Amino acid sequence: MNFLKAFFESFTNPTFYKLTLSAATPLLFASLGGMFSEKTGVVNIALEGIMLLGAFTGVVGAALFGSPWIGLILAMLVGIGAAALHAMASVNFQANQIVSATAIILLAQGVTGFLLEPVFGQPGSTPIYDKIPEVKLTFLKEGSFLHGMIGSLSPLIYVALVMVIVSWFIVYKTRLGLRIRAVGENPEAADTLGVSVYGIRWFGVLMSGLFASLGGAYLSVGELGQFSENMTNGKGFIALAAMILGNWTPKGALFACLLFGAAEALNEQLQSNPTLAISSSVKPLFNLIPFVITLIVVAGFVGLTRPPAASGTPYEKKG
Amino acid sequence: MGKKSWIRVLIPIVSVLIALLIASIIIIWVGEGSFMERLQFLVTAYSEMIKGAFGSVSAFMNTIIKMSPLILTGLAVGFGFRAGVFNIGAEGQMAMGALTASIFAVNASALPMVIAIPMTIIVGMLAGAVWAGIAGFLKAKTGAHEVITTIMLNWIAYNITNWAVAGPFNSGGGTPKSPEIAESTKLPNVVSSQATFLSYGIFIAIAAAIIMYVILYRTSMGYEVKAVGFNPFASEYGGINVSKNIIITMAISGALAGLAGTLESIGLYYRFYGTLTSGKGFDGISIALIGQNNPFGIIAASLLIGGLRTGSNQMQFVGVPKHIVTIIQSIIIFLVAAERIVMTIMGWNKKKGGSK
Repeated sequence: MNFLKAFFESFTNPTFYKLTLSAATPLLFASLGGMFSEKTGVVNIALEGIMLLGAFTGVVGAALFGSPWIGLILAMLVGIGAAALHAMASVNFQANQIVSATAIILLAQGVTGFLLEPVFGQPGSTPIYDKIPEVKLTFLKEGSFLHGMIGSLSPLIYVALVMVIVSWFIVYKTRLGLRIRAVGENPEAADTLGVSVYGIRWFGVLMSGLFASLGGAYLSVGELGQFSENMTNGKGFIALAAMILGNWTPKGALFACLLFGAAEALNEQLQSNPTLAISSSVKPLFNLIPFVITLIVVAGFVGLTRPPAASGTPYEKKG
Repeated sequence: MGKKSWIRVLIPIVSVLIALLIASIIIIWVGEGSFMERLQFLVTAYSEMIKGAFGSVSAFMNTIIKMSPLILTGLAVGFGFRAGVFNIGAEGQMAMGALTASIFAVNASALPMVIAIPMTIIVGMLAGAVWAGIAGFLKAKTGAHEVITTIMLNWIAYNITNWAVAGPFNSGGGTPKSPEIAESTKLPNVVSSQATFLSYGIFIAIAAAIIMYVILYRTSMGYEVKAVGFNPFASEYGGINVSKNIIITMAISGALAGLAGTLESIGLYYRFYGTLTSGKGFDGISIALIGQNNPFGIIAASLLIGGLRTGSNQMQFVGVPKHIVTIIQSIIIFLVAAERIVMTIMGWNKKKGGSK
C-alpha cells in the first residue's frame, strides 16, 4: 500500500517530470550521437568514454577560464578528438569497432583519473564551479505545476530537444542524410555511385563524438558544476540501448530516453520518499532498476527493430 | 604461413612497446624542471615500477597474487572471443561468483576441507556461469547484443553485491564486507614472505589455462566453438547448433570469471568485499587481446598486466598517478584492435595475405 502511495506521490509531483527531463538529456545527446555513427555503419560503444571526457573537459574549462560555456566548447572539441581516434581505427584501419571503442572507454577513464589530481589538486572529484545558468520561465505562475516542471531548466535540455529535430532533418531531408543512409545500408553500392564511404563514416563518427561529449558536459557543467571519477556510470551504454529501442531514429531515441529518464527519476523519487523511508543499505536495490529495465528493453525489442545493414562491418575501399 | 604467425606474436609486443613509449612521454610531460630532470624522473618512475613489481620476494609474490585472477578473467574473455562473443561482463560475473561462493563458504564450517573447498569453487563457478548465461541466452534467443547485456549485468551485479555486503551479508564495522569464511574453505598457502601469502590459486589458474588449451585445440567442442566464432552461418549450415554454442560459450566464460572471484575470496581476502573485483574483470579484455586469445599468451599477458598493476602502486609514491596503467592498457588494446596501424608503422603490410 505504501508503495502505491509513494508511486502516486511521485507521479503527481512536478519534480518527477523535471527530473525525467534532466535525466533524459545526457542520454538523448549520446543516443543521437550513437545513431549518427551507426547510420553510417560504424558501431560506437565508446559513447560512455567520450561522455566521461566531455564531463571532465567541461569542468576543466569552467575552472581554467571561469566560464562553463568555454568548458562546453572545449568538451565538444575533445569529444570530436576522441571520436577521431575511433574513426581512424575503425574506418581507415578496419579495426574491430567494439574493441577499438573499448580502448577509448578505458583511455577516457585513465586520462580523466590521471589528470584529476594534477589539475585540481585532489583525487576522486573536483571542487564545484559555476554551472551553466538555468533558463527561468518567469511568465509561469510561481508554485504552479508547470512552473515546478519546466520553470527552471538547463538551456542544454532545450538544445537536446532541438537536436532531435535537427538530426531528423539531416538524416531524412538532406542529400548528406541520403548518403549517410546509403553508406550504412550498402557501402559497396554507395561507393560505386561515387559517394565517399570513408568521408561519410568519418562524419558519422565525429558527430557521435560531438553529441556524446555534449551529453557528458551536461552531467558536469550543465547539472552539477563538478566532475567526479567515472561519473557517467554506464549512461553511455543506456544511451546505446535507447538508440536500439528507438529503432535508430531521432524521434525513437527521444521517446526511449524519456522512458529511461523517467525510470531514473522514479528511482530517485522513491528513494527519497518519506512514506517509504528507505534505509541506505537497501538503496543499491533501487539503483539497479534502470539497468534491469534497460536489459529487459534490449532483450525484448532488439528483434523488433532493425539496425542499418552494414552497421559494425568495416569497409575496405576498392581500388 | 610461418611469417604470418610471427607477426601475430609481434603485434602485441610492439603494441606494448608503443604504449610504454607514449606513457613515457606523458610522464616526462607531467614531470617538473629541465628536460634532463624530467628524464631523470622518468627513469625513477620506471625503476620504481619494476622494483614494485619484481624488486623483492614479497613484491614478486604480490605480482603472482595479482596474476591469478587476471589469468582467469583473461581466459574468460579470450574463450568468448574465440567463439565470436565479446564478454565485457567478466567483472560482474567475477563479483557474483565471489559473492555466492563467499555466502556458501561462510556457512560451510561443518564440511571437511577436502569437500568444502571444491564445493565452494563449484558454487562460485556456477554463479558466474549463470550470470553470463543470462547474456548468452538473450543473445541466442532474442539477438540482444552481449556487449550491452553484459554491461547491464555488470551494473546489476555491482548493486546486488553492494546491497548484500551493506545489508543482509554485512559483518559490521567500517567498510562494507561479509563475515569471514569458514576455516575449512580457506585455500592453503604455498609460501609466505613477511605479511604476504601466496595461495594455491595460481596453480588453479594455470591449470585452467591448460584445460582451456586442450578443449580449444584437442576436442570437437573446441572445434565447434572456434568454427562458430569464425563463421556462424557456415557453422549452422554445417550442422552446428549455433544458439546452443553461444549459451555454452558464455556459461564457460562466466564460470572462469566466477572462479577468478571465488579464488580472490577463498585464497586472498577470506571474505567478500565490495571492492574485491576492482576492475580485474575489465583487465581480462586487455589480457585476452595481448595474449591473442591463446591460453599461454594469456598467462604471459597476465604477468605483464599484473606486474604493471603491482608496480604502479610503487610508482604512485614518486608522484605518477596509477591511472597511467589504465592509459597504457587502453593504448595496447587500441593498437591490437587496429593492428594495421602497427603493421603500417613497422612496414609489415607491404604484401597482405591472400585471405581477402
